[in-house]
Amino acid sequence: MAIRALIVDDSSVMRKIVERSLRQAGIDLSEVFQAGNGAEALGVLKESKVDLILCDINMPVMDGLEFIKQLPGVENAKGVPVVMITTEGSEAHVVQALSAGARGYIRKPFTPEQVKEHVIPVLAGKS
Amino acid sequence: MKSVSELLAADGSHENWIPLLDTAAKEVFELMLGCQLTASATTEETNMDVTAMVGLAGQLCGVLSVRCDQKAATLMTSKMLGVALDKVGPEVADALGEVCNMVAGNFKNKIAGLAEGCMLSPPTVITGSDYNLHSMADSPAIEIRMLFESMPIAISLQIHS
Repeated sequence: MAIRALIVDDSSVMRKIVERSLRQAGIDLSEVFQAGNGAEALGVLKESKVDLILCDINMPVMDGLEFIKQLPGVENAKGVPVVMITTEGSEAHVVQALSAGARGYIRKPFTPEQVKEHVIPVLAGKS
Repeated sequence: MKSVSELLAADGSHENWIPLLDTAAKEVFELMLGCQLTASATTEETNMDVTAMVGLAGQLCGVLSVRCDQKAATLMTSKMLGVALDKVGPEVADALGEVCNMVAGNFKNKIAGLAEGCMLSPPTVITGSDYNLHSMADSPAIEIRMLFESMPIAISLQIHS
């Protein structure tokens, strides 16, 4: 089944890498939305429904942790799994992200195989 | 894994961090660009006219920079995006900034206590080579020089303890 993904990262290069990694992982993407920070991503979600959100942590304007804390109040984000993709590798960041509602956590640098390992179970509702 | 205080105390020149920086850089290039960095025999200064910098603040303060020439930066971008060299556009600065960001993040994640005790700034990228960098670092920079697809790159860490 094809899915709609929202990729949130302040680097356009990284957004493209994440999209390519999802496709390499065999995930069928019908539509890919992009945002450069959490505030932009909330704007996207006002207009569009998605099935998966991949989100960086360190971003200007609104960081990834603040963004996912706001998601419960967003109609189009209800039940949508979020996977963090970030250079922040501490256990404290992982705990913070998972406590705020993230369902997966991928540390940069990463391989397409790692994206597959983390995203497929999340999409299958197993994580 | 040694803690930041152990490593700081062990050697004021921070030479003991070179292997960690080396590994951090090699992992980024291997995982994100699909290529191996190799040792560079020369310390000769070449025309490295693209510089990406990321600031570190917290338990460790300083600046990590990645320098290379435009050709190397364009090839890195091509490999990161999976596009032909002639399709690379204005993303070069963004790509090199991300490489620098990932090397800095990967480096700090290798030192116990630093992953959560040190924050990274967004990357800054300078093009051109006619500049002097004045950092507030109070110890000599540690620098590694390697070859990326036979082209030299320099990665340095200036530390303000």
